[in-house]
Amino acid sequence: MSYDVQAIRQQFPILHQQVHGRPLVYLDNAATAQKPLAVIEAITNFYTKDNANVHRGVHTLSQRSTDAMEAVRAAVCAHINAREVGEIIFTRGITDSINTVAFGMGALIQPHQNVVITALEHHSNIVPWQMLCERSGAALRYIPMNDKGELNLSTLDALVDENTAIVAFNHISNALGTINPVKLILERAKAVGAWTLVDGAQSGPHAKVDVQDWDVDFFTLSSHKMYGPTGLGVLYGKRERLEALPPYQGGGEMIATVTMEKSTYADIPHKFEAGTPHIEGIIGFGAALSYINSVGIEAIAAHEAALLDYATKTLSTIDGFRIIGTATKKASVISFLVDGTHPYDLGVLLDQQGIAVRTGQHCTQPIMDQFCIAGTARASFAMYNTFEEIDLFKAALERAVTMLR
Amino acid sequence: MPTIAEKQAVLIDEFTFFDEWMDKYNHIIEMGKALPVLDELDKKDDLLVQGCQSKVWLKAEKQGDCVRFWADADAIIAKGIVAMLIDVFDNQPAKEVAAADLGFLEEIGLKDHLSPTRANGLMSMIKQMKFYALAFGGAN
Repeated sequence: MSYDVQAIRQQFPILHQQVHGRPLVYLDNAATAQKPLAVIEAITNFYTKDNANVHRGVHTLSQRSTDAMEAVRAAVCAHINAREVGEIIFTRGITDSINTVAFGMGALIQPHQNVVITALEHHSNIVPWQMLCERSGAALRYIPMNDKGELNLSTLDALVDENTAIVAFNHISNALGTINPVKLILERAKAVGAWTLVDGAQSGPHAKVDVQDWDVDFFTLSSHKMYGPTGLGVLYGKRERLEALPPYQGGGEMIATVTMEKSTYADIPHKFEAGTPHIEGIIGFGAALSYINSVGIEAIAAHEAALLDYATKTLSTIDGFRIIGTATKKASVISFLVDGTHPYDLGVLLDQQGIAVRTGQHCTQPIMDQFCIAGTARASFAMYNTFEEIDLFKAALERAVTMLR
Repeated sequence: MPTIAEKQAVLIDEFTFFDEWMDKYNHIIEMGKALPVLDELDKKDDLLVQGCQSKVWLKAEKQGDCVRFWADADAIIAKGIVAMLIDVFDNQPAKEVAAADLGFLEEIGLKDHLSPTRANGLMSMIKQMKFYALAFGGAN
């Protein structure tokens, strides 16, 4: 069956509008993806029919809300092939997911140990580990990258050693699009007995992940990058790891018994879900997941790969166009500069022509520092983008460059 | 020497000539390109205007009762905007600069057109220029 991008676009009402008198071309998907009708309707339905607080309620609405929320947990469990639903924790987002692990490890890590991340990380996978290392005295190490934006794995054996507590890295780089060799890094980590965390912020909407096949300890997803609501993330953790990890926040929902002297914690996943969860977000995310699966993640990935290939070829004909991040294995992200222009200026003039791209450091200051640049402009593609949009983008970029030079 | 108000009236005239914002931006860019570049030695961190997304350096000097301004920026639209402010404020009496009302920014629609972060950057440039004017004896 051929990929019907027009039918998909019909499901995204926000795409059908004009910005500054031009049709909107939304190419900021690595920051957040737009939401299909299925997600918008799921949230509306929830508040129209089912809204109640979840768990422990005996009344019908509470039961319905609880069932709907737990059905999404089961869907996420199936989506990433976790062993059991208890291993799926709902968080506020990936930042929250990583902080949950990094905070909990504070009670387990020893000062002689180290934490290994990579030069390709988003600030959300750098700062929590810096904080952990500051608190514990452990050392923070970086796997370096080359000038194509690929990790230099010849350093892997030296950096990941028997004192490594955890290796945490992203599947796909948000700033450059590099797809990292996950299994290779995990293998080395496991060989020395280190824990592992893979940040799936950018892979969630583009790639099928099987956490058992990877045999990874922790994996994170972001709802809003997967066409779902903001304010929601997933932390997958192996049962034995989650049981060993102290909870990050205390409160309601996460306890078994409470006395004024001492409380005992609930079993996973509730131990890590203090307070009322983001119920409508979870339900909306469930609809987003179903929508992704109805289109087919392999079909989406193939469409995006074709867009990336076309965009890379067509944009490279612009005089002075330079892609930052030219890894052999790349997801649908083009971070770029055009000689003689500043990315902020490009961003403004593209916006004037209806084209939404991101400009700046993309929360990856160390990457920009390594390339000795202040930032880039970044176009990132999603399931609803078209080849015609790339042509519009190119024409708008050419006009902007002509004005700026 | 035209006054600050007269300078603003000229800019309003220039901008009302353009209907499309792409053309207005083009005009801002041309002003940026026409602004004399700042000596590399002057591009010091203490001359950076705080609160701008791109780097904007602003240098000021007292000459008699007046203030002289020079600026540069790494992004050309920011440079064009600071060039407009310099066009209005350069070589004007410090007292006038400190007290000036920059109505032209609203008249040409720039204030409404900029994103909130960029509008903040614009405000920071104006504030910095007025601070210099005050420091150079523009206080009443």
